[in-house]
Amino acid sequence: MAVAGAVLLGGCAAIPADPDGTLERVRSHGVLRAGASPGADRVEVDGGEVTGPEAELVRDFAASLGAEVEWRVGGEEELVSAMERGELDLVAGGLTEESPWSDRVALTRPYASTASPDGELKHVLAVPLGENALLFAVESWLDGQKP
Amino acid sequence: MSAPGEGSARFGDTALPREQHDALRRAIRLQWVGIAYLLSCVIVVFAVMGSSQAMKVAWVEDMLSLVPPLVFLVSLRSIRRPPTPERPYGHHRAIGSAHLASAVALFAMGAFMVFDSGSGLLTAEHPPIGTYHLFGQTVWAGWLMIGAMVYTGIGPVILGRLKKPLAETLHDKVLWSDADMNAADWRTAAAAILGILGIGVGWWWADSVAALVIAASILKDGVTGIANALRDLMDGEARTHDDARTHPLVDAVLTIARGPAWVADAAVRVRDQGHLFHVEVFVVPTATVAVAELEALAATISELDWKLHDVVVAPVSRLPDAVRAAPASG
Repeated sequence: MAVAGAVLLGGCAAIPADPDGTLERVRSHGVLRAGASPGADRVEVDGGEVTGPEAELVRDFAASLGAEVEWRVGGEEELVSAMERGELDLVAGGLTEESPWSDRVALTRPYASTASPDGELKHVLAVPLGENALLFAVESWLDGQKP
Repeated sequence: MSAPGEGSARFGDTALPREQHDALRRAIRLQWVGIAYLLSCVIVVFAVMGSSQAMKVAWVEDMLSLVPPLVFLVSLRSIRRPPTPERPYGHHRAIGSAHLASAVALFAMGAFMVFDSGSGLLTAEHPPIGTYHLFGQTVWAGWLMIGAMVYTGIGPVILGRLKKPLAETLHDKVLWSDADMNAADWRTAAAAILGILGIGVGWWWADSVAALVIAASILKDGVTGIANALRDLMDGEARTHDDARTHPLVDAVLTIARGPAWVADAAVRVRDQGHLFHVEVFVVPTATVAVAELEALAATISELDWKLHDVVVAPVSRLPDAVRAAPASG
């Protein structure tokens, strides 16, 4: 009953919501805290400069929310741990669908796939576990980018 | 006493009364329909369950609810076999053993799921639920999960309602507990739906709490099932199909046994072998009694109900202890 009431009050637009309000904070503060880990050909780091197709994707997504990207560069495990502590909103690190981090961060649906010697790689981004409004926003934005 | 090896002692052949015969055929057909439906539920729920713990537990419950219908169909095959000198009581106990086996399965899975869901709650797991890209739209996966739960929640309630009267007619406890579980299955669906809506509004704990509630209900079904199955396997006095009270036939048999003028005192021992009852009647005669009189009494009792298939009347000088000498009701 309480849930049904909350659903009616919140309206369908509020579902799904973030338990920790990440999406709302990105929108209101205008900052997306993103982690970058050099990976495959998707993310490259040169000095303080983060480049590559995945980095472009993250910048465009942030722009769609009216936010700037604040990069933090590190190894995958370091970034995943930071995300678990609530210090990052998104990680771009050339992650694929097969990523072993999937029980510590939420992986998006693949946004692109490339061929590699190990077979087809399905590229994904990572957001904090359970921040379902953010996950919804990222996935629906990625769907909109597909040709 | 009915002759051993006689065809009428069997369950599932033409010797069943018309009503039971029809009920059995309907029950078999319903079980096959139910199995097909449950398989579709298992597939649908697996396809959409994602990382939701409540959906996972609901999926396990769907799988477990396949067990009683299968057990019912398999045990029917074995109880059709007639008694032999090596198996003088027939194969009716197959029902009791099957009842116990399915109850233990429920208990074990329920206990595991309570642990699994409880630890999710304690470690504050935030379940991620993503989206599907369907017909050019991005759709939150939670809506599909809710749709799947509505689908899996409606059918069992109908199946359960159809099975219950058949279980009563056939005095089949496996069918009864199966029907009882089915009838309560909408609660699983409702709990899972509330859990997913809870995640939707940002309550990460709603999913684990819903999972815990469903797991606890599986566990409870297991505990009750084990208790009831053990009572029958330990030859407790025959009870009604829902195990609510002593079966009224026990009192009826006692009344008939006390009827003849040559009976000074009587007591009965009735055990449920699964569908059919094994009846032992102890009578203290007023004077010397003819074998024909004892056999006539056994025949009268047998004719009382189709379930009374194996009736023994024993003349004794003193009633044994701990047998029913007074009516159970009142």
